[in-house]
Amino acid sequence: MSVVEIKGVTKTFARGNVTALENIELELNTGEFVSLIGPSGCGKSTLLRVIGDLTPPTAGSVTVNGKPARQARNDGDYGIVFQDSVLFDWRTVAKNIALPLEMLGWSRDRRRARVEEMLDLVELRNFADHHPWQLSGGMQQRVSIARALSFEPALLLMDEPFGALDEMTRERLNLELLSIWEKLGSTVVFVTHSISEAVFLSTRVVVMSPRPGRIAGVVDIDLPSPRTVETREDPRFFELVTQVRELLRKRGEHLLPEEAAELL
Amino acid sequence: MKHVREWLPALVVFAIVIAAWEGSIAAFHIQQFLLPRPSAIVRSFWTERHSLWPAGWTTFKEALGGFFIGSGLGIAVATVVGRFRGVGTALMPIAIAANAVPIIAFAPIAGAWFGEVSPHSKMAIAAVLCFLPVMVNTLRGLSSANPRQIELMRSYAASELEIWRRVRVPTALPFVFTALKVASVLAMIGAIVGEYFGGAFNALGVLINSDAQVFDFVTAWAGILVASILGLSLYGAVAGTERLVVRWAPDTRDF
Repeated sequence: MSVVEIKGVTKTFARGNVTALENIELELNTGEFVSLIGPSGCGKSTLLRVIGDLTPPTAGSVTVNGKPARQARNDGDYGIVFQDSVLFDWRTVAKNIALPLEMLGWSRDRRRARVEEMLDLVELRNFADHHPWQLSGGMQQRVSIARALSFEPALLLMDEPFGALDEMTRERLNLELLSIWEKLGSTVVFVTHSISEAVFLSTRVVVMSPRPGRIAGVVDIDLPSPRTVETREDPRFFELVTQVRELLRKRGEHLLPEEAAELL
Repeated sequence: MKHVREWLPALVVFAIVIAAWEGSIAAFHIQQFLLPRPSAIVRSFWTERHSLWPAGWTTFKEALGGFFIGSGLGIAVATVVGRFRGVGTALMPIAIAANAVPIIAFAPIAGAWFGEVSPHSKMAIAAVLCFLPVMVNTLRGLSSANPRQIELMRSYAASELEIWRRVRVPTALPFVFTALKVASVLAMIGAIVGEYFGGAFNALGVLINSDAQVFDFVTAWAGILVASILGLSLYGAVAGTERLVVRWAPDTRDF
């Protein structure tokens, strides 16, 4: 069953007359982990925001859970995680996680029980009453993920969630995210500009090219699951990384040098 | 123990300044009417307590009234203006320009409007002094919410009112309290300056002014000391409230 259906989505920005997305067609099935990858300006974040109805498409339609994106947003069908954790400084860790539950009108007891579960899931039980500034960047991002998952949305949208973290933290959080995803069975759309991260995490990698933003190709990732630390040493992993890189390079001939450098 | 260690440097500096003041008057034979000794001021502060403190209380009430009226209006106007961005862009430059007007210059006019002897004219000056900084800062605070946080709230299908309550107001609070601390000091200044242009006989500004006219500078200084103590306590009350309300911020705890 498809969770997200994107049909002929085009997005132009009046300012600067930029075509961020042109005629995007994509379907995401239940339980898939799909990465959107491409150089800056390829519209991968814009596509994510269109799916989440945070910005309207200029043309085309997006359906989430069989409903128009607007209605899906109002029904709380997705959780979102940004590059920075976007925690509320004035709320404790527990209250940050409880925020969407408050918005959905959950009772206090029900909220407390769920927050406890989520704290266990992201291994932050001892930090419930801390404020965000007392946490490291990696911990903040885990709170942000716990918050996005707290109300068990069918769809999880992640916009370069680990982009600001160091390599080691990033790899650890990749594994944590996968184990959470396997536990909850939600569908994930994951924007990244790291090829290895995309291949390691995903069931499918959607490669995008810029100006105008288009889908350059889709690579099915047939690595065995669950993925482990050893997956990164699997010869198949390298093959798939190369395959994604080739797609990016082929479409990237007209890239600016620094955009190309970012991907290689 | 921690508090003692935090306050110790300030206390030591204060003691040194007072000692230097006392010592230099003796050493350089400075005349009493130019600068009295701290010990003389403290003595006068004690002997004149029955006239100084009631006068201080009168002035303090005026300052307090002005503080609440001016800050309250400042917050209210900023809230309304913040809701309508167009109004804000139209009014902000004017507000900032008006902030540069020396409002103290209006003191004699306030006397004519609200009664020269009446406490209301002093309250009015204090209120006008408090209004602009509070308004400008509150508005800035309300409009400096993180756009990502607003987007996140939108993803929860939050209404504008909910975004205001859960994002804009908490973001604005540190700005508001910074302005309120400034306003607490301005309110005291406004009340005293207002009294220089006329007021009830038992008001601090009138007392300081008349003491200075008859060269009783020691009592004038004692009056200034009372004014400072009252101003500091108003500031302290605001800072204490801030500590209670803005509990999350690591950087507002120190001062």
